[in-house]
Amino acid sequence: MSMRSEPMVRVDRREDKDALFTPEVRREIDAWIAKYPDGWQQSACMAALRIVQDMNGGHLTRSLMDQVADYLDMPAIAVYEVASFYSMYEHKPVGRHKICLCTNVSCMINGSDGILEHLSNRLGIGFGQITADGKFSLKEVECLGACGGAPMMQIGRTYYENLTPELVDQILDGLE
Amino acid sequence: MANEVCFRTLHKDRPWRLETYQSEGGYEALKRILADRTSQEEIIEAVKKSGLRGRGGAGFPTGLKWSFINRAAPGDKYVVVNSDEGEPGTFKDRDILRYNPHALIEGMIICGYAIGAKAGFNYIRGEFWEPYERFEGALAEAREAGLLGENILGSGFDFDIHTHLGAGAYICGEETALLESLEGKKGQPRFKPPFPAMFGLYGRPTVINNTETLASVPDIIRQGADWFRGIGVENSGGPKLFSVSGNVVRPGNYEVPMGMPFAELLELAGGMRDGRPCKAVIPGGSSAPVLPGDVMMDLTMDYDSIAKAGSMLGSGAVIVMDDTNCMVKVLDRISYFYYEESCGQCTPCREGTGWMHRVVHRIETGAGRTEDLDLLDDVAKKIMGRTICALGDAAAMPVAGFIKHFRDEFQYHVDHKKCMV
Repeated sequence: MSMRSEPMVRVDRREDKDALFTPEVRREIDAWIAKYPDGWQQSACMAALRIVQDMNGGHLTRSLMDQVADYLDMPAIAVYEVASFYSMYEHKPVGRHKICLCTNVSCMINGSDGILEHLSNRLGIGFGQITADGKFSLKEVECLGACGGAPMMQIGRTYYENLTPELVDQILDGLE
Repeated sequence: MANEVCFRTLHKDRPWRLETYQSEGGYEALKRILADRTSQEEIIEAVKKSGLRGRGGAGFPTGLKWSFINRAAPGDKYVVVNSDEGEPGTFKDRDILRYNPHALIEGMIICGYAIGAKAGFNYIRGEFWEPYERFEGALAEAREAGLLGENILGSGFDFDIHTHLGAGAYICGEETALLESLEGKKGQPRFKPPFPAMFGLYGRPTVINNTETLASVPDIIRQGADWFRGIGVENSGGPKLFSVSGNVVRPGNYEVPMGMPFAELLELAGGMRDGRPCKAVIPGGSSAPVLPGDVMMDLTMDYDSIAKAGSMLGSGAVIVMDDTNCMVKVLDRISYFYYEESCGQCTPCREGTGWMHRVVHRIETGAGRTEDLDLLDDVAKKIMGRTICALGDAAAMPVAGFIKHFRDEFQYHVDHKKCMV
């Protein structure tokens, strides 16, 4: 907890921000910065981390976090804190398709154990692992707020609900 | 008497569109307020009178919360929406964002007008990409129609709304953690006081309300506080969205009058799957103590009725379990959740949630000891009331609740190293 009414100030402000990322990524981050009051660009830290993570194929690196810190005039440690606190940031490579399976109560009651077993058998991996070809990784997640369609999983930005082993096969077969 | 407020547009084709919302009376409340230059006091009084209470789980009276803002204070004030829906079992705000985003937008603008704010932020959990895009689309429609932005409908009133995306942290549903997160930090709750009304987003006076709460406001203004209050029962004004999940035939969201008998809600959800008996119900999200099915059958779905039975209405997430479910396994999963999601700031919660999970897990896996049940009670009691935010209590309450109502099942696990069911 840090209750302050001013953003964190960094003394060694980086001036050559054009050297960071690509113009597209900078434009995307800038659109988020514009939402917040002047001087509060650190509010865009979460969005910036997500954008560069996506750009990097799904995971963050020390260098990317440092660049986000440079871009937002934040102390690097403040960016590491954010990047390590939230579960959607990845610090190791993930599959091209990151399968996030919910195992919380409503999904568990409706058979998420069986879905996990099916996924593990099909892909040969468990939670926290990635297939040898790098196509899929599997992650256990907490409630994703779709309990009416339990059991459910998220792949990329898409929710898949009312899962059965057959439906899981169909979904995975349809992914490039 | 269903789908009267937040789900008002649900029966229509493309219910999320501006034209659909307007065909159901949408933005009439805002237009009237701006045309009549309704006083801020009058709006706050109407919300107070409506009996609307915070729909995110705490049930705090909404009008009262708004009245805490010092409207005369100079400088920026903010409206913040808590769409960080993460309480296990809850999936209603997702559907408001997907199917009726304009109700939320209109509610935010009315709130901004009432407290003297010029900007609002909607904090949507990071996994909700489809709802985020739907909400962004609605913002664009509203701006285009002159309903949002500078000089709304020529009234001279300015108000704009921005979306912020979370990144996976249950704790950010706690209002001050959410504000920290919006400020670009890890989401660790703040000490209160000062409350957000005094020191909120960027240290400015802030109203922070749940999605469903704010989406209920336009109809309170349009159809009157008495109309809204009349839908519910004493102390529980209005209808409420109940997210029904578990072993029912038709899981889903049901917007029904507060005070509806649980048995009727269960019937709406198609009843128990395969006709099995209702063994247990978590009536208000996983933080709410579990209640035996037969107790639930005699209760009505409102704050007082559920509280009297020793649980809480919370977010309105009703998790229904039949007799095939092992209560030890369910508690094992719930206690893991709180252990996983504790932000680590307060020692009793950080350490206690781990203790509770490890002990429940060893009972579940057949390594439990007789003294474990008392140990769990003891750890739960040592967390309760000793943390900055309510996550500690939220972790402790289910443990106490499951052991209280299903102690024999836990004992059986300890004695026989296996499940009763």
